[in-house]
Parts: sequence; C-alpha cells; structure tokens
Amino acid sequence: MAPSSSAGLLDPSVFIGEYPFRDVPHPEPDILAKVIAREGITHAWVGHLPSAWADDPTAGNVALYRALEPFRVTLSPAPTIRPDLPGWESALHDAAKAGAAAIRAYPPQWKFTPDNAAMRELALACAAHKLPLILTVRFEDLRQRSARDTAGDLTGAAIRAVARAGDGVRVIVSAAGRDLIEEVHWGLTAAEQARVWWDISWIWGPPEDHLAKLFRTIGSTRFVFGSQWPLRLVQSPKANLELLPSDVANAPLGDPRTWSGG
Amino acid sequence: MNSASADKSEVVIGGPGVISSPLIDAHAHFLHAGCGRSDWREVNAARFRAGDRMGISCHVASILGSYGYSSPTYFPSPADVTAGNDAMLEICAAEGRRVRMMITVNPNYTAHALNELERCVQRGAIGVKLLASRRADDPLLDPICEFATAHKLPLLHHIWQHRTREWPNQEISDGADLGRLAKRHPKMTFILAHIGGGGDYRHTFEAIGGVTNIVADISGSGVDRGMLDGAIKALTPQRLLFATDLTMETGLAKLRALEPTGLCTANDIEDIRWQNAVRIFGANAFDLS
Repeated sequence: MAPSSSAGLLDPSVFIGEYPFRDVPHPEPDILAKVIAREGITHAWVGHLPSAWADDPTAGNVALYRALEPFRVTLSPAPTIRPDLPGWESALHDAAKAGAAAIRAYPPQWKFTPDNAAMRELALACAAHKLPLILTVRFEDLRQRSARDTAGDLTGAAIRAVARAGDGVRVIVSAAGRDLIEEVHWGLTAAEQARVWWDISWIWGPPEDHLAKLFRTIGSTRFVFGSQWPLRLVQSPKANLELLPSDVANAPLGDPRTWSGG
Repeated sequence: MNSASADKSEVVIGGPGVISSPLIDAHAHFLHAGCGRSDWREVNAARFRAGDRMGISCHVASILGSYGYSSPTYFPSPADVTAGNDAMLEICAAEGRRVRMMITVNPNYTAHALNELERCVQRGAIGVKLLASRRADDPLLDPICEFATAHKLPLLHHIWQHRTREWPNQEISDGADLGRLAKRHPKMTFILAHIGGGGDYRHTFEAIGGVTNIVADISGSGVDRGMLDGAIKALTPQRLLFATDLTMETGLAKLRALEPTGLCTANDIEDIRWQNAVRIFGANAFDLS
C-alpha cells in the first residue's frame, strides 16, 4: 500500500447522517470512529450527508459539530456552506472557529450552473481561511440513482471554474473517475492543476489500472485517499492501493493537511 | 498468450488474516487482438498480476466478441463470437489450471450458438456466458439452456439490477427476467451477474430470492455498504460467488467486507470464495491442488 504521510492516513471523504434515497447502515460517528480505527485510517474529515440536499445547511452543520464532539481527535468536521445564501461569509467564519478541517459544497444538488460566480467566491474565501473546498462528483452510480434524485453529476466545467478562481484555492474532488479527472487536469495550467486533489474512491484499479495510469501521468501526489463511507465500503480504496503495479506501488499520496494544517 | 508471471515472493492479500484457501473468480474477462485495443496484452497481464496478489486460484473467464470493435459488445456478431471464443480457448491452453472458459454466444443465432457450445465444450469450457443480446426470458434462450442442462453447464447472465427502462446498446434483463428463465429450466444453475454492476440490487434480491437455481456473483464496480448484507440475508452465503468482472479492487474489497458484516461464518466465507463454485461448476472443473 502506498505510504501515507507521517501524520498517518487521512480520509477526507466520509460522512455521517442519513442518505435520502436509500437506507445506509449505521451512518453514525461512533461507528465511523471504529471503522477507521479498524482500517488503519488515522483521521477523517466528516461531512453531514443530509446537508447536501438541505435548503439551508445551518442546522446540519450544528448537528455535525455536536455529533463529532466526542471524537474530535480522529474526526474533524467538514461543514457545508451554501454561497448563494445571505450570510454565508459569517457561516464560513463560524465554521473555521468551530475547527472545520475543510468546507463542503454541492453545486449539482443546488442546481448551480458550472460558471456560478458564488462558487468562485466561496473557493477564494475558503482559501483565505486555509480551508480546502471539497466537491462531490456523485453519491451513487447513475444506473441505480433514485428517480427522486434529480441532480446530475458534477461536471468538469464546474471543477475547472473553481480551480481557476485564484492562487490560494485548494479543492478536493471526491468520487471522480478517470475520464473526468483527465478532462479537468489537462484543461488547467500547471499552477491550476496544483490546486486540485482527487480522491481515489471511484477510480478503477486492475485490470484496466486507471489509478496506476493516473499516478504515472498526473502524479500520485495529486491524489488523496477517499472512501465515501458510509455510502461505500472503506475497504475499496485500500484494496485499490494494494493492487497497484510495482512501479507505482509505493508512490506517495497527497496530503491536504500539509497545506491547511488540519 | 504470455501472461505476467506470478511473483511468488509477494504476500497474498485476498482477505482477512492468513489466506491459504482457494479463491475462484467466477466472472472474469480477457481481451484479445481482435478487440481493437493496442493494450490488450497489458490488460490481460494486469488481471493475472492482481489475481496473483489476491490469491485467485482460477479465473473463470469469457471474451465478449470484439468488445465493440467490429460488432457491439452486447450484440456480438457470430464471427466475433467465434473469434472471441477462439481467443479464450488459446488463453486456456496457455494458462492451464488458472483459467477456465465460459462460452459466449448470441441467442439470436441459434444454430451458431449451439455449434459454439458444442465446439468449446469439447475443448474444456465449463459454462455459458450470455450478454444482453436478447431478454433473459425470451424463448430463444431455451435451446441454449437445454444444451447447458444436458451438459451440466452453469449459465452466467449479464444483468441490470432492476430495469425500469431501456438503455442503449443492450437488451437488458433483470432478476425477474432471469427468474422466469430459471423456472423453465429447473435442473440447471444460473449465475446472476454482478450485483454491484449497476441498478437496484435490492430489487434483484427480492426477485430471485425464491428461485433457488439462481446464484449471484458479487462483482461490479459498486461497493455500496449494505449490498453484501442484503445479498447474504436474501440469498444466503451458499448462493453467492466471489467474482471481479471489470474491477478487481472492488472484488477484493467485498471479500474483505464479508467478515465485518457479522453475517458469515468462516465456512460461509469459504463457500463464497470457492466452495460454491466447485459445487456449481463440478468437482472436475478446477484443479485446486
């Protein structure tokens, strides 16, 4: 398995809370804490899953802080900020004060267009607080998505627009596949590419070896561990790393903590 | 075909704890020169590389025509079916006991399909692979099933977990469709493909729960939490097969996730790893010594 940083393995792509479109077993923080301990993950940045579909995520953020309070040694909150709501700047300030490790936003669920100016403003404001902005491409495979889930996948255009917002921006994109990653990465300048990390939760391993190919072409440090627990098995990204071919088997992953101090 | 040789010094990682038991991948595919990809050898070698690392004892595999190069993957032409089966036979001859063959056929061409079945069974194939060329409950599948019954061949059927509409490039079938076929051929075993391969697996579990001559393979890129739990509860471990299809890392993840479900005994896990496959394909299908 690819070595993590000296701070241990970080999973920035986990949630607590119910998923509105199907039953997810035990999406509670105490279970999450046990799972990451079992799997050798030292820290997780935790989002509040229902907030992705909330008109106002404020209550969800409060619930998130409260739920994680007993587990803050290993679980850090990644609250949701909607930049189209009045007062979002103060909500971001409050999040930073509450110890947020990152901020989450969900443009497809909020029906934002790819060039939404508010998303660029949010990305820049997060950068000012040294907080990475986490974007989620999808929560489920398109083929099994509920008819009630009308949000499409996050597009490459939307990711590129955020990555181009400014120098200090740092984005973690969760649940992207190889095509989307390549579309975005090679559509950015070198400076813009360096602002984006990709979690490996949805990247195929062998025999197609998409993860290995991306490590070779884009560089392993642009990638971070990510599971999308509780929606998906945390064992999957670990297995993917363990099945890498020998030339990239020990390639180091990126670590957003080195930038954010989170 | 030359495959990547196993590095015997590597630790096998295919499950929790020390693994010494066999592991049979009941749903695998290989590429070949006729599929229009210059990297086909590398993809095949990657399957063996990862398989060796996971401890896969045998890849039960098929080739799906030309994979879209000269006819559609899910509607392969007779010529592409034959070319793919020929390539699969060559792989089996080269690889010995670590590969066994499923025969791909297109049921729209009955005579050709039966000829392919006969030809490949004589050369050691152990099962039948159907894509999505015809709905699973279509009468055109009956002659194929009659052949399979007579020769004790399991039939692996590509499945969309709950079809709610048509999708392009496939005539998709779901668990209910396969269930109707299975009830018409009660003496043979059907393998419902990839519960993690897209669609609503919960529908599948309900649809085939009472059709006991259908087993399900756990492959597919989907690794939803709760999927294995649902499969074990609805079908029992004795009706589940370890498999990887196109994503071996998700196969390994699901293998490792069996124990934490708390729903499987150690012997149940052995059933899913290999014992069910031996029961379904026959004791002579594998050399696991």
